[in-house]
Amino acid sequence: MTVKIYVPLDSGAIALGADDVASTVSGEIAKRGLDAKLVRNGSRGMYWLEPMIEVETANGRFAYGPVTPDDVASLFDAGFMTGASHDLALGATEEIPFLKKQTRLTFARCGIIDPLSVEDYRAYEGFAGLDKALKMKPAEIVKQVTDSGLRGRGGAGFPTGVKWNTVLGAKADQKYIVCNADEGDSGTFADRMIMEGEPFVLIEGMIIAGIATGATKGYLYTRSEYPDAIRIMEEAVKVARAAGILGKNILGSEYDFDMEVRTGAGAYVCGEETSLLNSLEGKRGIVRAKPPLPALEGFLGRPTVVNNVLSLASVPIIMDKGAEFYRDFGMGHSRGTIPIQLAGNIRHGGLFETAFGLTLGELVDDIGGGTATGRPVRAVQVGGPLGAYFPRDLFDTPFDYEEFAKRDGLIGHAGIVVFDDTVDLMKQARFAMEFCAIESCGKCTPCRIGAVRGVETVDKIAKGEEPEAQIELLHDLCDTMKFGSLCALGGFTPYPVLSALTHFPEDFKPRALDIAAE
Amino acid sequence: MSLSVSTEEMSARVGAIVDACAELEGPLLPILHDVQKEFGFVPQPALQIIANRLNLSRAEVHGVASFYHDFREEHPGRHVLKICRAEACQSMGADRVADHAKRALKVDWHETTSDDAITLEPVYCLGLCACAPAALMDEKLVGRVDEKRLDTLIKEARS
Repeated sequence: MTVKIYVPLDSGAIALGADDVASTVSGEIAKRGLDAKLVRNGSRGMYWLEPMIEVETANGRFAYGPVTPDDVASLFDAGFMTGASHDLALGATEEIPFLKKQTRLTFARCGIIDPLSVEDYRAYEGFAGLDKALKMKPAEIVKQVTDSGLRGRGGAGFPTGVKWNTVLGAKADQKYIVCNADEGDSGTFADRMIMEGEPFVLIEGMIIAGIATGATKGYLYTRSEYPDAIRIMEEAVKVARAAGILGKNILGSEYDFDMEVRTGAGAYVCGEETSLLNSLEGKRGIVRAKPPLPALEGFLGRPTVVNNVLSLASVPIIMDKGAEFYRDFGMGHSRGTIPIQLAGNIRHGGLFETAFGLTLGELVDDIGGGTATGRPVRAVQVGGPLGAYFPRDLFDTPFDYEEFAKRDGLIGHAGIVVFDDTVDLMKQARFAMEFCAIESCGKCTPCRIGAVRGVETVDKIAKGEEPEAQIELLHDLCDTMKFGSLCALGGFTPYPVLSALTHFPEDFKPRALDIAAE
Repeated sequence: MSLSVSTEEMSARVGAIVDACAELEGPLLPILHDVQKEFGFVPQPALQIIANRLNLSRAEVHGVASFYHDFREEHPGRHVLKICRAEACQSMGADRVADHAKRALKVDWHETTSDDAITLEPVYCLGLCACAPAALMDEKLVGRVDEKRLDTLIKEARS
């Protein structure tokens, strides 16, 4: 029997040398004349073990990692094709504690299958949700998604079913599904992992959204910084079209749905849904004032569902297993699972999908294993560059939209960036303002001017120019940005700035600040 | 990828790109990406050609091209080195790596080395936040980059 050897094609694994490992494995298979086949899979999301190779044996899959090209020959020598022991042996993959503790619903097949194989995807219950949706009325699909309690996984947390219902009710000759894959937050890579490791789940979610709302055309708008994800998604769309899953009369039904992949051009603000729509239309990525809602006047002025990757990728399992199954995970108004991304200065960095409700401390200390540098954790930024910095005092906060909001924080796209005790929070506050200034679309004054003034004000604090007055001004600026900005870029930049000021006031003392030369 | 392109040639090459994107809804961004792929940057004369074909003003096309960080007005060096400046990478010493790159290349952000080998660009997140700090040399992704690995990358690019 041909043995399957898995080496990830995930760009995180590639950045750690997976391509070189894969070619070495191929070379050894040929040289030794073995009955083995190399499969490039997605990542299991344990980046401290990447590149992690897996081998499929009679007793299940066994993992080895992190592997360098120099280790490959010794793995074959040791008999890893039958799961034999080796210095890099990690045992049965599913038994690795980091993986075993997870509840993988959205990422169920990521890292397991060949991302571009429809057969593989089907073998792991792929398209089961679509098969069921094809037998339902649009309103029933919308109801099931509404009942599941699914909220936008892009950060704002708006109920997905409510959005779909608005589009379903809108009258138009053409409606659209737009997948917001413009994941630009630092500390987040879940969208990238899905696009690279399990593209069909996203395509399936988009098709279901189309059937549910009467949209026949979809766009996936992603980032130019993700060349591998773009390539794999484009290929997956072609494969799906050839298999009759996209196009006219999908899977022999009366429904039509097709989609295109579009690439952004390096503008963070295009992750905001109305900026994204302008960008997709070929305009400057400037925020649109709401109303009108995109659900009524979206892409090219037509009714449009704009959903995040993780929201759409969660739909197939909701359709397959039912609303209750999904809703039973989680706490409060935060239902289902959330793919949390552990990043930055953390020992066990990677993707951890779990029901809502674990505390921040459990995630950082227990699951993440503390810092990679071995120094004490001092601050944790949750929710990307617009998220708050949390000190250890707030580590008892449960992972839940409302609980984070109560403590002036946000979950955002669920990225957790850990900093050790060498972090300078005044510098981080300055960076938040600088980032906002660079990335502002310029449409509204509080964001465009406020961020520039913010950088100047932090610099004055550092230089000791009336620091107390400047801190007061910084609060005032944040207030103006928060309530006066048109979108979250200006509106949420106060989160990192004010949380740094509130929780780490000792860092805002006059001293020489190493100001970036820009 | 010639630096001196005649008006006729420019018109033909840009025109072909616009024609290939004619069926798309909202074709301007894909067109600009393809033009940059074709020439290495977005040449100023291309804006007028695109504008004519899409029935837009040159100012509108300029407004779009200049809005996005990706589109360049000038030819970059033979290689483009991007270093992530976002928070996850900062937490693992990205600022130190960036300073090292600037010193080693004797350039600041957005500048090209005197031998035209490398253009240095900042990037905000390559999605490698769990193996930070990250860099991108042309299409090659590098995780956990440090000064030593950066020196090797630079040496390879120059050889």
